[in-house]
Order: sequence, then structure tokens, then C-alpha cells
Amino acid sequence: MKAVNRIIMAVVYTFLYAPLLLMVFFSFNSAKSTSVFESFSLKWYGELFSSSDTLAALRNTLILAVASAAIATVLGTLAAFGIFRVRSRFFKQTMLTVTNIPMMNPDIVTGVSLMLLFVFVGRLIGATSYLSFWTLLIAHITFNLPYVILNVLPKLNQTDRSLFEAAQDLGAPPLKAFFMVVMPQIVPGIISGAIMAFTLSLDDFVISYYTSAGFQTLPLKIYSMTKKIVKPDMYALSSIMFVAVLVLLLISNIFQMRSERKQNPSLRTGGQKKSRKEALVK
Amino acid sequence: MKKSTNALLNAPYAVWAAIFVVVPLFIVLIYAFTDGEGNFSFANILALKDYWYNFLLSLLYSLIATVITLLIAYPFAYALSKTAEKTQRIQMMLVMLPMWMNLLIRTYSWMNILDKNGVINQILTAMHLPTGEFLGTPGAVIFGMVYNYLPYMILPIYTVMAKMDPALIEAARDLGCNGFNVWRRLVLPLSMPGVISGITMVFVPSVSTFYISQKLGNGKIMLIGDTIERQMQMLNNYNLGAALSLVLMILILVSMFIMNRFADKNGEGGMIV
Repeated sequence: MKAVNRIIMAVVYTFLYAPLLLMVFFSFNSAKSTSVFESFSLKWYGELFSSSDTLAALRNTLILAVASAAIATVLGTLAAFGIFRVRSRFFKQTMLTVTNIPMMNPDIVTGVSLMLLFVFVGRLIGATSYLSFWTLLIAHITFNLPYVILNVLPKLNQTDRSLFEAAQDLGAPPLKAFFMVVMPQIVPGIISGAIMAFTLSLDDFVISYYTSAGFQTLPLKIYSMTKKIVKPDMYALSSIMFVAVLVLLLISNIFQMRSERKQNPSLRTGGQKKSRKEALVK
Repeated sequence: MKKSTNALLNAPYAVWAAIFVVVPLFIVLIYAFTDGEGNFSFANILALKDYWYNFLLSLLYSLIATVITLLIAYPFAYALSKTAEKTQRIQMMLVMLPMWMNLLIRTYSWMNILDKNGVINQILTAMHLPTGEFLGTPGAVIFGMVYNYLPYMILPIYTVMAKMDPALIEAARDLGCNGFNVWRRLVLPLSMPGVISGITMVFVPSVSTFYISQKLGNGKIMLIGDTIERQMQMLNNYNLGAALSLVLMILILVSMFIMNRFADKNGEGGMIV
């Protein structure tokens, strides 16, 4: 049984990583091909840092991701608090259903529906071009919002409602009560919502494809490249990003494991006990 | 005072969601039922009959892809939940890592592997074996869907499997249940919620994809996403594009409804057993 499990895992990991390893491999190709390897070279890494439009696309992507994640986090946290506090069940249910729409709808429908809105409004006010950086930003905020709300809301549900009221009874104005009493309890939810929003925005192609014009993000640039030929400098950039994400994930994992051990030292001994028991059974 | 702070908190998002989530859906409806001049018309809806084949193809391919994904992800998630706890976290990270790379790059990399002069055919030639043509076949498109959305299936199934109490399985065995029955009567019903959310997370993006079919289908296979993309981006026929999107939306709503019914029934069945 153990051997079978090992084989399943080996096959799946090979499958998942084959194209990524190949991408890293061909980023070191000296030829301008991503399927025939000539010889090892760092040429494309040099090209990457001297070619301004790939780096410009990277910069655009980061600007968009930071801006949309920041706005969505503020708006979404407020909304989650509002939904949490509202008494009317009907209103609550309606808000949650509407929040679910962008998550349930396929990206292409979200993209097309927003594009049609922008075209509709653009024609109404007689604009010459309907899409811009701003429509792209609106689209990204819109698809980020549900993720922030659905990360913050469970944290709010875990908090003690009466603490917020007690703070106000003791004379704190609502805003102060919120920042001093509620905020510290929901910060983990806000952070994970913000990170999710940031990465979703970073990675989005489909919705951006329908709602932007003149502002090229990395996925949009990759798309226009894959229509003809992808220069290996894009592979070089993707390889750097791949390694960066890998390192970041490893670091965050190590930190998480450490903090869990600190918080709960019994976990460690418990685990050891269990493994000893398992050894006995064997 | 309290009511007014509530209103103040809810207003920004309520207004935002109304304008950018609800109104766009109505605009899709308006476009679907009007012609280029804005007059009411059934022309787009009638034109949909030319696209039944694309809908059928999308539905068929994504269903096959979903089933294959499930067949790979289920044993994998099970095997993963049986490894040492320490390595599980790292392994989960390894499963999620490919999703951090852009789908376009991953798909393009597969294109280079499956291409006529691609890596597989280079290896086959080196071994003096006959080469094959992979791109442009239905298999390649389904393969692309399975590859890109596999982690979405593994994640939820693994999550429910990891939560499962091993004592339950031990108890079932102690009570004389054999391996297969432990799986059928215990593990399967308990893992059903994960399976259901995995199916949704794979089916929805597969049925609506256009990039995977465009690249791995070599432009020969037109799924419903491709037809929408063509109308919206190349032919600028927003009305027909809206009508196609509307049908896609309804198709997904109906599929989800059917699946939730199925999930409910299954849950009840599990209770009775």
C-alpha cells in the first residue's frame, strides 16, 4: 500500500512540475527557441533586464495589484463589518448572495459583463474609447472584494459582539472602539484577504483581457506574445518569479511551524508520543 | 445613531456591488436581446442555434476533464493524508506552487512539449520511434484542462481527508468492515463535500476556458469560450457575445443546481447508511 501511494505521488508531482522545469531549462537556452535546446547561456536573463517593455509590464502588474488589493481590503473590511452588524436577515442574505456572484460566475462572464457595462456607459456619455487603466482597476477591485469579505467575515463572527458594545458604553466613540477592540481580533483575516486579493490580481488574465486597453500587465503581455512566439526572456522572468515564490512559501512555512511550536509545545511531544505508539504497533 | 453607522458601513460596498456586479448582468441581458442599433430583437437568441455544437463540445470536454481530474486527485489526496504530518504541509505547498505561475505560461510550456517538433517528439525521434501529432486533438485540450485545474481538485479533497478522524476507520475495521467497505461506507461519504467543491472548481473554469483550447487545440477546436472571445474581441459583435455569455451563465447555474441536488441526496444516503 505504501509503495502504491508513493507511485501515485511521484506521478502527480512529475505531471505538475514537468512544464515548469522545462520552462526553467529553456530560459537558459542560447537560441531563441523554447522547444529546441542549443547550449547553456544567461543571454535571456541579460536581455530581460535590458528590455524595458517586459519590466514595464511587470511594474504595471504590481501597480495594479497593490492598488486594487489595497482598495478592496479597505472597502471589503468595512463591508464585512457592515454585513456582520446588520440585523435584517434579508439584507444580510442579499449582500452575501451578491458577494458570491463574481466567485460563482466564470471569469469570462465577469469580464464580458463588465466590458459591456463600460461600453454601454461609454457610448452613453459619448466617450471615444471605453476602456482604460481605470476600468481595469474597477474590474480588479470588483473581483477582489468577495475574497476580502469572505476572509474577514468568519473572523468577525468569532469575535464577541458585546466587547464592541462594552467599549462604547465605557465612552469610546464607535470608530475608536472599532480600531481598539474589533480590529486586533480580525487582523489575520484582513491580512489573508489582502494577500489573496493581491495574488489574484497579479495572476488574472481573463478579466483583464476584456476590461483594459493601453495598460499592459504581465499576463496580457504574455498573451500577446503567445499569439506569435514567446521570447525566452519571458521564460527567464517566469523562472525568477517561480524561485521567488518557492523561497517565500518556504520561509512562511518555517515561520508558521515555529510559531505553532511556540504556541503549543505539547503538540511536539504529542506528535512524538503518537509516532512511538505507531512504532509499537508496527 | 446605530442604524446610521450601519448604513454608513454598508453603503459603499452595496453601491459598488450594485453598479459593478448586478447592473452588468442586466446589461448582458439588454445586449443579448437587442441589435446593434439598440432595438429589441431576437436575432442573437436565434443565432445561438449555430453554436449548439460548441456548447456540446465544451460540456463534453469539461465533463471528461473533471472526471479524470477526480480520478487522479482522489487517490493522491488520500495518499497525501496518510503521509507523516510534518511533510503534509510542505507537500500541500508543492501542490499549490504551480498555481502561482501564470496559466498562460504553463499552457505555453505544454505546447512546446506536445508540439510537432516539441520535446516529446524529439525524444521519440532520438529513440527511433514514430512521432505523433498531439496538438489540435481533443485529447490535448482535455489534457490541458486536467493539468491546469488539478490542484483545485486536490485541495478541497485533501482538506476533508486530513480532518477525518483515523479512529473512525480503526473502529470500522474493528467492527469487521473490510477495506473496500471502509472506503465506500465511511471515507467516501465523509469526503463528499470536498469532492463536490472540487468538481465545481474544476468544471466552471474548464467549461468556460478559451486559452487552453486556443493553444493546445491549435485553433482547430472552438469551445464556447472561444466563440465568446471571437465575438467580443475580433468581430466586435457585442450582442451575440452577450447572448453566448448568457447561455454559458445559465448552463453553469443549471449544472450547479443539479450537482447540489445530487450532493444533498448523497448526504442523506450517507446518513441512512
